[in-house]
Amino acid sequence: MNKKVLSIKGLTVRYGNGCAHCKSGGTLTKNRCPICGTVWALSHADVDLYQGEILGIVGESGSGKSTLMKSLYFDFDITSGECTIENYKEGKQNIFTESMQQKRYIKNNLMGMVYQNPVLGLRMNYSAAGNIAEKLIAAGRREFHPMTDRVKELLKSVDILEERMKEPPKNFSGGMQQRVQISKALANNPEILLLDEVTTGLDLSVQAKVLDLIRRIRRDFGVSILLVSHDLAVIRMLADRTIVLLDGNIIEQGLTDQILDDPQHAYTQQLVHSLI
Amino acid sequence: MNNDYNFAFLDEGSKREIRRSILKAIAIPGYQVPFGSRELPIGRGWGTGGIQITLSIIGKDDVLKVIDQGSDDSVNAVNIKKFVGRCTDVATTTDSEAATIIQSRHRIPETSLKNGQILVLQVPIPDPLRAVEPSERVTKQKHAEAEYSAMWLSLYEDLTKFGEINISSEYPCMVENRYVMNPSPIPRFDNHKLHNSEGLYLFGAGREKKIYAIPPYTSVIPLAFDDVPFKVENFEGKHCRLCGATGVYLDEMYSSDTGEKFYECSDTGFCEKNRGGKS
Repeated sequence: MNKKVLSIKGLTVRYGNGCAHCKSGGTLTKNRCPICGTVWALSHADVDLYQGEILGIVGESGSGKSTLMKSLYFDFDITSGECTIENYKEGKQNIFTESMQQKRYIKNNLMGMVYQNPVLGLRMNYSAAGNIAEKLIAAGRREFHPMTDRVKELLKSVDILEERMKEPPKNFSGGMQQRVQISKALANNPEILLLDEVTTGLDLSVQAKVLDLIRRIRRDFGVSILLVSHDLAVIRMLADRTIVLLDGNIIEQGLTDQILDDPQHAYTQQLVHSLI
Repeated sequence: MNNDYNFAFLDEGSKREIRRSILKAIAIPGYQVPFGSRELPIGRGWGTGGIQITLSIIGKDDVLKVIDQGSDDSVNAVNIKKFVGRCTDVATTTDSEAATIIQSRHRIPETSLKNGQILVLQVPIPDPLRAVEPSERVTKQKHAEAEYSAMWLSLYEDLTKFGEINISSEYPCMVENRYVMNPSPIPRFDNHKLHNSEGLYLFGAGREKKIYAIPPYTSVIPLAFDDVPFKVENFEGKHCRLCGATGVYLDEMYSSDTGEKFYECSDTGFCEKNRGGKS
């Protein structure tokens, strides 16, 4: 089996203070405590990611998929839990308890994130080149020409013409914006890529291009990818293993074919059958 | 001296508080120290930060010079000089070398500061990150963490779009390899004068209520990529038509009669001294 690159244990994200009922594991209405109203967006999630693998995360809206991704990218404060990265302090340090500087180091050097909404991941008024260079600058690069060469190389790898590098992403189509985000995420050769609903809102032909690109990235760069999607066809096409989330809880996980062809949990069965 | 007011206009408590902020600013070069900016008989944005610093540090034996964009005779400079003169009775001068305190807006005199001299600069927007980040809370956090990527990114954008960095004044500098600082709206030409200077630089922003400082012999380096050197305004082949000076910051002017273009020293005190005191 490949080497484990990321390990999450007991990740919990809660909106609200919680009460004795919900904190002790009492019954929730979906993921909301009926007594205090606290929302348990993610409850005690355990996830392992292996080198070069694509791990799919599926579930309905509000199931905690994006919460998991954004928590990993330090966009949200978590309630409890730990996460270690094999190549960061020998995998012995919980990254959630690190200082802001260290978290920034992890974000800029070890991870790349592609948001569902490009507005969250790109500066729409800066040039495409500037957007990608931002990641290089944040990692401490201070040479203009080598950085620009790297930007050109990255844009080429996502099929964006070099002539358009000075244009702001607001001039680009949705698919191009996602590709700029992907090249930005890859700028510092991260070992972990977080893809949050990258194909949502794109038409089928553009979706196909982005999916091909993700496959190529995995093949060429050997990165490990956490791929969130509510589109099971995307998951079937790309993911090696899949996690199913429901109301903030992991209800099923395993090999993608196994999950999609022989779902065990009632919700997964419903999800798979709704596809047909 | 007008005895209706305390020496140097401000009450002793206010001056002491401002001096404490100045001391803190000197102790942490480039760090913006908040202070309780006082009301003055001029509007905010007209140099109240610089004036409060000058009033707080000035003593009876000081010699004051005030310049505005290099000129000793502009309205702003003359009025500040009169105001400080009336409530302190200190001597004033146009000679940069004779002054112990120089208050300035938009220029640093051509003559290098000497040990014991203080240059007070008026600053409209003290935070260099304001151009890239509107939130004060966020800029404070970024300064605390020395996270200046956004500033570097704006330089990168300029180079990508225009082939050169498009900042004419207020060019950001790195102080002691720790804080990025706004050197006030001085031209790029003056930036190098801040580096390892013998004198003390104090920066006051009255409206924004911030004081910061560059103590003597402090490293002040303009931000520049390793392979794109920092450039200053180029006056090669040009000279002052009055004193003939070269290698100084020149104002470009046009004759209203002939339309002819000519150059004069921006620092009028320096120019006057070059000409042996003739104006």
